[in-house]
Amino acid sequence: MDFQVVVLAGGFSKTLVPLVSKEVPKALLPVANRPVLSYVLELLEQNNLKDLIVVVESESAALLIGGWISSAYVDRLHVEVAAVPEEIGTAGALRAIDHHLTASDILVVSGDLVCDVPPGVVAATHRRHDAVVTAMLCSNPVSGSTESGSSGVKDKAKKRYNIIGLDPTKQFLLHVAAGVEVEKDVRVQKSILRAVGQMDIRADLMDAHMYAFKRSVLQEVLNQKEAFQSLRRDVLPYLVRSQLRSELLLNGVQSEENGNDKDASQNPKIVLSQLLANASTPSFHELQHALGPNGFSLSPRKTHKCCVYIASNSNYCVRLNTIQAFSDINRDVIGDASHLSGYSFSAQNNIIDPSAVLGSKTTVGPQCMLGEGSQMGDKCSVKKSVIGRHCRIGSNVKIVNSIVMNHVTIGDGCSIQGSVVCSNVQLLERVVLKDCQVGAGFVVIAGSEHKGESLAKKEK
Amino acid sequence: MVAKKSGRNRGGGGGGTAAATEVSVEELARVPLQAILLADSFATKFRPITLERPKVLLPLVNVPMIDYTLAWLESAGVEEVFVFCCAHAKQVVEHLENSQWFAQPNFSVTAIESNNAVGAGDALRLIYEQNVIRGDFVLVSGDTVSNMSLAEALGEHKERRRKDSNAIMTMVITQSKTSPTTRQSRLGTDELFMAIDPDTKQLLYYEDKSDKGTVSLDKTLLSDHPSIYLHNDKQDCYIDICSPEVLSTFADNFDYQHLRRHFLKGLLDDDIMGYKIFTHEIQSNYAARIDNFRSYDTVSKDIIQRWTYPLVPDVQFFGNSSAKLDRQGMYRASVVGQSRSAQVGPFTVIGSGTTIGSQSQISNSVVGEGCKIGANVSIEGCYIWHNVTIEDGCQLKHAIVCDGVVIKSGVILEPGVVLSYKVVVGQQFIVPAYSKVSLYQQPIKQDSDEELEYADSSSGFMDASSLSGLPDKLKEESTIQLSESQLQAASEVGSGGVGFIWSTSEGSHEEEWRHSVAPIPAAKLLEIMHTSNNELEVVQQDGNLPPSGELERDSVTANSNDYDDDDVDVKDDYEFFENEVEATFKRALEENIKEDDVILEVNSLRLSYNLATADCSGALFYSMMKSALSAPHPSPSDLVKNAATVITKWKKLLKYYLPSIDEEVGLLISSSDPDEIEVILKFEEMCLESAKEYSTVFVQILHLLYDKDIIQEEAILNWASEKEGADETDKLFVKQAEKFTQWLNEASEEED
Repeated sequence: MDFQVVVLAGGFSKTLVPLVSKEVPKALLPVANRPVLSYVLELLEQNNLKDLIVVVESESAALLIGGWISSAYVDRLHVEVAAVPEEIGTAGALRAIDHHLTASDILVVSGDLVCDVPPGVVAATHRRHDAVVTAMLCSNPVSGSTESGSSGVKDKAKKRYNIIGLDPTKQFLLHVAAGVEVEKDVRVQKSILRAVGQMDIRADLMDAHMYAFKRSVLQEVLNQKEAFQSLRRDVLPYLVRSQLRSELLLNGVQSEENGNDKDASQNPKIVLSQLLANASTPSFHELQHALGPNGFSLSPRKTHKCCVYIASNSNYCVRLNTIQAFSDINRDVIGDASHLSGYSFSAQNNIIDPSAVLGSKTTVGPQCMLGEGSQMGDKCSVKKSVIGRHCRIGSNVKIVNSIVMNHVTIGDGCSIQGSVVCSNVQLLERVVLKDCQVGAGFVVIAGSEHKGESLAKKEK
Repeated sequence: MVAKKSGRNRGGGGGGTAAATEVSVEELARVPLQAILLADSFATKFRPITLERPKVLLPLVNVPMIDYTLAWLESAGVEEVFVFCCAHAKQVVEHLENSQWFAQPNFSVTAIESNNAVGAGDALRLIYEQNVIRGDFVLVSGDTVSNMSLAEALGEHKERRRKDSNAIMTMVITQSKTSPTTRQSRLGTDELFMAIDPDTKQLLYYEDKSDKGTVSLDKTLLSDHPSIYLHNDKQDCYIDICSPEVLSTFADNFDYQHLRRHFLKGLLDDDIMGYKIFTHEIQSNYAARIDNFRSYDTVSKDIIQRWTYPLVPDVQFFGNSSAKLDRQGMYRASVVGQSRSAQVGPFTVIGSGTTIGSQSQISNSVVGEGCKIGANVSIEGCYIWHNVTIEDGCQLKHAIVCDGVVIKSGVILEPGVVLSYKVVVGQQFIVPAYSKVSLYQQPIKQDSDEELEYADSSSGFMDASSLSGLPDKLKEESTIQLSESQLQAASEVGSGGVGFIWSTSEGSHEEEWRHSVAPIPAAKLLEIMHTSNNELEVVQQDGNLPPSGELERDSVTANSNDYDDDDVDVKDDYEFFENEVEATFKRALEENIKEDDVILEVNSLRLSYNLATADCSGALFYSMMKSALSAPHPSPSDLVKNAATVITKWKKLLKYYLPSIDEEVGLLISSSDPDEIEVILKFEEMCLESAKEYSTVFVQILHLLYDKDIIQEEAILNWASEKEGADETDKLFVKQAEKFTQWLNEASEEED
């Protein structure tokens, strides 16, 4: 019971409409014909983190996800699915499952994360520094997929990123701006800057939403600051900001450190001379700490550490939180980041299920996937696309850069480019789609042309 | 002597042909490396010593500061130096002559004198006018001690220039962590926050004086630079490698004075010119500027501990006599009369011709030439200049003692004392800590804003009087003054003593310890630590932190607050605008300025305050009525007459802002012009508030305006109907004008 893992799987995200529907919550959206949540779960499983709590917004989504998990991971993982009300934010979700948290450290992972950074290294960094929080950062996604919270403002599609301040060793998090703040001027606290001397301000890093928290701290913050809604925008900035003047009752967690400092603190002269000589101590946290109990009758100044683990550029790390990101991730998983998919590729660098049927003169290019039981007519062409299970595709159909989910029927002579076609959609003959999203169960009438549209059934 | 060189035309007059540029490039390559040395720091931190002597001539480990700078420039390959002298220019030139800097082969030193420069900006503008700088140059001040090689920094600078002609300056910085407690560097300078691009080394932000709790970087910076290093651990060496554009920038911006506060800030904030500043960090070399007494102390110790090699006492460079290095950093000149029982401790320099009496102890100090130190004297951490007499039994701690001072027996100097030239301290006197003693009386505070602006506000002395002017004046008076004030002075520094103890200016006394030669007392440190701890707490509680996500939810309310603020601003703006319009109009009346010119002025005012034309007509009308009011008016009817004359005279002006009838008809605007209503409303407001006299003659004036075609009937009628729904109090004037409006109504009906 070292680390307890909380997977925040979200619910029916509004940004992902029409991809997300009542039958398919965000966590079950297919990435290369597997629910996106399976990528996180398998990553955790590989790191031997098998004790999970999956938090889902709304009961109905929890039922769907719970059903899927119990069928897919019945013997492999010990998963508890907890349903929380909608729109309470990530911090609210953790508050709601507070009583489930028992381990000394909590790893919080977003359920929409597709990445190959082992959570173990984040946990190790966290433990090594005895940090109150450790966040994983990765480079901004290149394709312009946007960074927006799973709970917060989702109206703007404009490019957002975090502004992160790091110490020179790139181990500690000294400044963080998220949400609307990144659009404003950067304001850095001088007290932290004074203590550390040099701060690296980066705009090219993204908060990947994988955090390790000290449980006692997390619970304390969540209980005391009832207004906090989001981990990324409220809890993390708060902890970073107050790190040199901790307001946390660390429950004696740092008593060990205090003990170490006592030797130095016995001799005020040493500390004083250090001060005068501007001696640089190995860690600015310790300097601050040494200043405290050194016999000057100063109340010890409490500090806590906020650490980061920065994923290297070769790692893949993207969150599925926009339609653009959905397409990008699907493309990448069967393309550049194919090691994530878990499938074995054919000599043509594609995956065609043995049960799929291809008509004559039909070609499936590299970086494509064709699910089981799907049928294609004659003279079709598929490039850089994912086609789900049990689809029926007519003749003379072109599918480029698109995602076709399960049980889709496509009539003869259709052309689909850069689009997402959800499950149970019917495309009649000669439909032309370009950069469209078609919601589940929609019927597109014959011969119609659509460009850059979102087609879905009206909600009843 | 004002030396002028026949400067070649820079850049060859901007010929566009390829040949011309080639020539100029070649020429640039041939130009000998030049340097501008500012022999005036334009600050008052070394007062009272600098009243008698320029700072650059003060001895630093027995050698005038300027000699360190010049020796370094010479060794670094600079071939031509322009020494800019302002305060005590004659003394500086004299020194340069005596020390034969003028007579060096391959190293030309030229003095440029000025009497009225108040800042580095003036100095550089003067040099720009003289047209002597032909290429890249090194800009230093005469109190710089360094042994860095310029080649690397210069190479980087030239390389950058070749790629980007906007890279006009390279600043030398070095690693030096400011103490988080005292918030000053070991040189006693204020903490410095810089933002530097780690790849290009471009300087993006510079802040050396601010009480704000946060560093605020412009959001656009991050879009251009994906990674920015924010530094609090670097120190500005005040050594700049500049391109000629730096001089022309100073010439273009006549208000730039301070190199950092004005020039640097201006360049960083301004993106029109697109000039860029870069930094060069020196790793193993030494570079520091003597900015205050603390840096004087620090740099002296660095010299004794040989960080500045080869500029150390036992190496013969310019202007120093050789000294022998003993164990533990003891430098002793060849002729020192030291008693057997006297102890000279480590890290001490003793100049030649100095005698030390028995049982005296000297440690961590510098003693100049020809000093007489008696018996049983203890000197610790002091800087004793030349020909100082210290009688028996004195105790000196962390003091600066200038030339010719006499310290009578049994005197105790507490830490941080500065004794200026020829002061005599009476027997058994205890000079209190941090006091400064001079033969000159402390100048009386003058509120010359220039000086206040350019002098360093944190310096111990804010006495504002021109540095350059004062000494000469004082010199003339000094003889009389001395004899006259001898008695009074004597009482200040003990019996038989001569000198005035300068009182530190109010408020800055507590800051005295910051810049003193004495180390910061432990008690003080504790105190600061306490306050800084508390400050931190306050900052945290205040919540005036970078607003984080937790505030985001309130964005709606925050926005509405913002809106309110804007509103207030607009109101303020309008008031200012109104005042200015009034002043303009008054001036127009007095000086009989033509209407067109007034219109021009009002228009420019309107643009600068970003207001509408309707505001102009309102404000103009307001000022007209005011002027009518200011003329004598025994009875209300006279007032109407006054108003009538003013309005008739300036009718054209008002009409300019109220579109004429034709236009209005042409534009088919059925409702009357809002500008005219604005005038009526303005008038109404005046009657109610500022000029109650008008309230009795409201209707008459209204009629007048109508008669003069300034306001049309539609406007009046509209105003009346607009007011119909208003409060009773508001309707006061509408009622007054009832008859008039009625008449207008009938007239218009008739017309129809």
